[in-house]
Formats: sequence, C-alpha cells, structure tokens
Amino acid sequence: MSVPLKLIYNEDPTKNTGSEARKNIVGPIVIYNNISKSYGDLQVLKNIDLEIAPGEKVALIGPSGSGKTTLARLLMTLEEPTSGTIEVEGEMLWHQRVNDKLIKANEKHLHQVRGNIGMVFQHFNLFPHMTILRNVMEAPRNVLGLSKEEAKERAVKMLAQVGLSSKIDAYPAQLSGGQKQRVAIARALVMRPKVMLFDEPTSALDPELVGEVLEVIKAIALEGEMAMLLITHEMDFAKDVADRILFFDQGRIIEQGPPKKIFNNPESERLQTFLSRFNRH
Amino acid sequence: MWFDILPSFWEGTKITIELTLFSAVIAFFLAFAAGFGRLSKFRAVRLLSATYVEIFRGTSLFVQLFWIYFALPLFGIMLPKMVAGVLALSLNAGAYGSEIVRSTIISVPKGQTEAAIALNMTPWQRTRLVILPQALVMMLPPFGNLIIELLKGTALVSLITLSDLTFVATVLNSSIMRPTEIFSVLLIIYFVISLPFTRGIRWIEHRLSAGRY
Repeated sequence: MSVPLKLIYNEDPTKNTGSEARKNIVGPIVIYNNISKSYGDLQVLKNIDLEIAPGEKVALIGPSGSGKTTLARLLMTLEEPTSGTIEVEGEMLWHQRVNDKLIKANEKHLHQVRGNIGMVFQHFNLFPHMTILRNVMEAPRNVLGLSKEEAKERAVKMLAQVGLSSKIDAYPAQLSGGQKQRVAIARALVMRPKVMLFDEPTSALDPELVGEVLEVIKAIALEGEMAMLLITHEMDFAKDVADRILFFDQGRIIEQGPPKKIFNNPESERLQTFLSRFNRH
Repeated sequence: MWFDILPSFWEGTKITIELTLFSAVIAFFLAFAAGFGRLSKFRAVRLLSATYVEIFRGTSLFVQLFWIYFALPLFGIMLPKMVAGVLALSLNAGAYGSEIVRSTIISVPKGQTEAAIALNMTPWQRTRLVILPQALVMMLPPFGNLIIELLKGTALVSLITLSDLTFVATVLNSSIMRPTEIFSVLLIIYFVISLPFTRGIRWIEHRLSAGRY
C-alpha cells in the first residue's frame, strides 16, 4: 500500500496550500526545550530538544529503554521532567510564569494545557468496569461537559470509525486485544486532541491482531489534522505513516530525518546496527 | 420454660441488630475517611488518620469499650450505654475498615489512573469514575468479613450491662441454670443474624462485577 504522504519537512513552503501553509506560520505545537529526566542515578533523557509541527507525524524508533516512552509520558504529564521545559501551543506545560519567574505548574494549569494531548497506551488501560460505550463517552461527558446525548452521539460515531459498532454494550474483558486497542484509540480520539501519543500500541498484541490496529492508526494519520508521536517497533508502519523519524538511543536523539533517508541512508553506526536487526527477517 | 424466655431473647436480638447496623454505618464512613486520609497529599491528614488507625487496631475492643464507658466520665463525658457501645464498635471496625479502603485503592492498577489523566479528568473525577468503582468491588469481601466480626464483637457490650443477646443469655442462665439449651439458642441466633449480611454482600458483589473478568 503506497499512499502519497504530505511531507511537512524538506518541502518548499511556497508549495504549501491551505492548512499546511497555516502550520508553518503558527509554529510548532509542541516544543521540548533542553529536557532531561532522571530516576535517581539513571538518566533516561539527556538534554532533548525537539519541535513538532501541527499535524506532523513523528515516529520514534530505537532500542528498548532508550527513553522513547518517557518522552511521551512527560508530554502526557504522567512524569515530571527533571529539568528543561515543554511547551504546548506556546503555553508552558510543567511550569507557570508568575511575576517573570517559572514555578512548578499546579493541577489546574496542567488540566488546562494537557487537554490538547491524547494518549494510547501499550496495555490499552481500558476501564474494566464500564461498557465500551461508557469507556468512550465518559470523558466527553465529564471533562468536556457535553450533554449525555451529545457525548453518546460522538462516542458512537467514533466507535463506528474504528469498526466496533457491534461491541458498544460489551465489556473490555469480552474483547480481543486488537479490539481493546481500537477502543482505546476511539477513547482518546473522541476528545479531539491536537497531539496524539501512541506508546507502542501494538507491542502487547498477538501478531495476527497487529494489522487491524495499524490500519486504524494509519487511517487517522491520513486525515492529517492531528500531530502524532508514534513510538513503535513496526518499521514498515513508521516508514508508511511518519513525516519524520527520530532514532533514539541511550536517552538521546541520535539521528532524525524523513523516513527515506533514515531507512535508506542511515548515517550513524548505531542506527545502522539497529536497523540491520530488523532487516534480517 | 421456652415460652417465658423467648421474648427476652427477642429483646436482646433487637439490641444486637441495632448495635450492628448503627456501628456498621458509622464504621463505613470512618473507614473511608481514614482510608482516604492515609492517602492524602497533606502530611497532617496522613498523620492524623494513621494515629487513629494504629491506636484502635493496636488495642483491644474490650479495653476501648471500658475506656469509653468508664474512663471518659472522669473527663466529664458521660455517654449512655448504647452510645458508648456503638462508638467503641464503630471506631474499632472503622480502623480495620480503613486498611481495607486504603489497600484496595492502591491495588487498582496504575494504568487506570494514567488513562484517566490522559483523558484530562480532574483528581476527583479519576477517583469517582475510575478508581473507586474498581476498588469497591475488591472491598466487598473483606467488608463482609468485617461486618460479621462486628456482629460478634457486639457480645462484648454485655460487659457494660447493655442488654444485648449475650447479656440476656447470661442473665437467663444465672436464673434458670440451663447453660446447654440457652447457649445453644444463643449460637443459633447469632448465626441466623449473620446470614443476611453474608448473603447481602454476596449479592452486591455479584451485581457490581457484572460483565467483568
């Protein structure tokens, strides 16, 4: 399957039309500014600088434990950076400016800013005590403040989009792994975030269920509006969907660029070694 | 003979059931207050809750009851027997219950809280919509045990001469001296009272876990 991808990077800005052009004017939607994260003596992220454009699809590849997941968790406010700042739509995420001083953000501030972000987890993390429909409509209802009818309508539409209309009254335990992950995707999408994080969304799935989840993610990616940060070990998928690939190793971005360059002409030795392990089979 | 003593048993049974119900309701609230208190982000609240729990778990119900009924009056607080009984029983059961609340809440998988954060729920929404419903199901079996313990614990209030089942039985026995019959009846009545509690909890458990696992 080859779909023409709209590349944001390495493209002549004069050729951009419509929303693409607007993106270049408004600047990045996410900025990691000199971000480091340590757990005790273990430094998992080392001075990361990264900008993500609105609508841009960024794939993070690299060995396990290289810091990819932590990078996403910092943006979802599940972990706090040890140093550095993160901006979402020009707004500090973990910090607030009070009298020209940066102080740690309080829950209210985090609540305001993280509404732009959504996340899909490796282990789905569906709510086991709710039906599929409630899993998807609970946040629109309670967090966005939609009426019950509006929330339900949105949720039903979203579930249809991921192909699960027949399962809305089922409980998560009654679904396959692939179906669970599609519900989780619907649950995140229904909030209409501007940035979606996918943390190894197919790593916990049986091999025969990986395809259906990747299809759904690809379809979302092609709609184009949301920025996406994809942590994945599916190289073909990354190549297919991403505008830009980041190769992570030992807490640093070692190499980055458009998929073609990363996969066909990897510069660093570490990336070459990493990719050779995938090409063997 | 039975014709004469059964009405007294009935009076005692009513007192025992009342004690159990009142104490269970208050204990339930105390358990949640102290259980959440121990997970509070405020140190003072954690400390206060922990102090309550450790004092009432670390001393015997018997001593607590005597202390409330016989020692508090020295500080000018005179409580009716029933109030003293309910207070001792609920404070004691509430302390044990708070450990149930605390341990089930922290045993809800971390991914659940993270998913709730990712949906931008407020801390209260996370607790109310995601954590508590899952913790409650886990709380039920140990809460059932606790209520049965509480029911049996009510026998101790006979020692402050509150005329519950056990008190009635002891008094009857000292007047007619038929321990085998009287204490057999006592056993059976306690067992019969406990049945609806165990059954009720099972029923709620079944209802709450519908569709899951």
